[in-house]
Amino acid sequence: MRKQFVNTVEKILAKDKKSVLLLGDIGVYGFRESFKKYPDRVYNIGILEQSTVSLAAGLNMIGLTPIVHTIAPFLIERCVEQIKDDFGYQGLGGNLVSVGASYDYASLGCTHHCPADVPILKNIPTVEIVVPGNAEEFDSLFNESYNNGRITYFRLSERSNETKLPFVKFGMINIIKRGKLGTVIAVGPMLDRVLAATKNLDVTLIYLTTLRPFDTKGVKRNISGDKIIICEPYYSGALTEDVLACTNKPVKIEHMGIPKEFLTSYGTQEEQDNFLGFNEKEIHNRIKKIINE
Amino acid sequence: MKDLKKKVVEMACKAKEGHIPSALSIIDTVWTLYDKVLYFNPKRPKDLNRDIFILSKGQASLALYVILAEKGFFSKKELENFCKFDNILGGHPHRNKVPGVEASTGSLGHGLPISIGVALGFKIKKKKQKVFVLIGDGEANEGTIWESALLGAHYNLDNLCCIIDHNHSTDRALSVESLEEKFKSFGWKTLSVDGHNQKEIEKALKSSHPKQPMALITNTIKGKGIKMMENNPAWHHKAPTSEEFEIIMKELS
Repeated sequence: MRKQFVNTVEKILAKDKKSVLLLGDIGVYGFRESFKKYPDRVYNIGILEQSTVSLAAGLNMIGLTPIVHTIAPFLIERCVEQIKDDFGYQGLGGNLVSVGASYDYASLGCTHHCPADVPILKNIPTVEIVVPGNAEEFDSLFNESYNNGRITYFRLSERSNETKLPFVKFGMINIIKRGKLGTVIAVGPMLDRVLAATKNLDVTLIYLTTLRPFDTKGVKRNISGDKIIICEPYYSGALTEDVLACTNKPVKIEHMGIPKEFLTSYGTQEEQDNFLGFNEKEIHNRIKKIINE
Repeated sequence: MKDLKKKVVEMACKAKEGHIPSALSIIDTVWTLYDKVLYFNPKRPKDLNRDIFILSKGQASLALYVILAEKGFFSKKELENFCKFDNILGGHPHRNKVPGVEASTGSLGHGLPISIGVALGFKIKKKKQKVFVLIGDGEANEGTIWESALLGAHYNLDNLCCIIDHNHSTDRALSVESLEEKFKSFGWKTLSVDGHNQKEIEKALKSSHPKQPMALITNTIKGKGIKMMENNPAWHHKAPTSEEFEIIMKELS
């Protein structure tokens, strides 16, 4: 997805003279050609994320479209107030694109983990949240929304789905399969594992890449059964309110996301996944148990 | 000026809300900006060729509101309803409600980095306008001020002037002294003036600073012109009683 981010943004820089890229000393080598081609619109601002986010809001005040990029905890957790006040409250538009997701930098410790990014941003009204599942989806979702006048967060991840869907639209769910015993919602990079885990289960599988605006109508139309299982690659629970708004009958909602605790082990992203039970076998067992209860 | 100051006090007294001393600390500077320095058109507040002024210390909004009304951005009638539920004028200014307000401020340390973005944006767009931002000396406790000081000099933002209202409001906590030396060491041109002398302020605001941003330290008195308020922290966020109001009005007449 990171390579795709460079390719996508390079094309935008070429065609859209209002686009401005601000790097937090991350991804600089990847954009080396852009620095040469567009020296007045590509900046390695430095390691001062709060000022960078406010600066980006200032650019948008006079009609430019900022794209800010750095590692997730520094872009989101460090800059919550800048995102809230300078973009959200002021009604300004721009793009925040993170790398690292929840624990892509597993070996670097919790300072570089960011499972809280999505729940934090869900608590700032108006911030759009996009969790693409692979490079192609990032490209289409970014092109569709990067200059829509609103502040939009794109969460890049090392984990990428091999499943290729014919189309993924901003603000819309995809129905992957239909079943009767329950509804499973897979967010972004969870899709491959959840799809494999539910192969022989009679459930509806909904795929979600845009978390806000939430496709309430789409989810509402497609809920089956009275059990909803949300498989989300960040702290559990960020979508509960949205999902509850999609049903007017009692349902049981189960979350399969990251528990709210510090993951103090190191190793690899895959080891963290296995530790949390984010693999085909364990996801299958948990979903099967829930729908059979 | 006396009428503007009286209006500030009247608004706060009526609303039982507002930061009068902060407003009186900056009112000479903000008036000089709007009367002598900025290019703007009150009938077209979003005029693409306007200069930009951002009041970063948003708690001093009363001064900005009376001046924007005086210059015709909105009706003076609006001033009568300061802080009322459905009025456009709140304790801190909101850009999406008040014609002429460029940034919604209130939390300190945001206006300067936003201004860096606007100034850099004007460079990108090859526009000639200037950007002025007014921060407080207490606000200079915030790390983003010094992050932005690095950025302003690094990008040679000679279209940016940061005014620092040096009224010693947070000396009791963490005083920020030697502001001139500090900004100078970051690569800014610096000037220091009497923040209640409009001639001095005007001259400084109009001075050129090729290839570098300018920091203008305005040495001010918090609550200037009202003896009971001057440098008295008890008045930071307090509205006068009716008895105090009478005394103040007499003093300002």
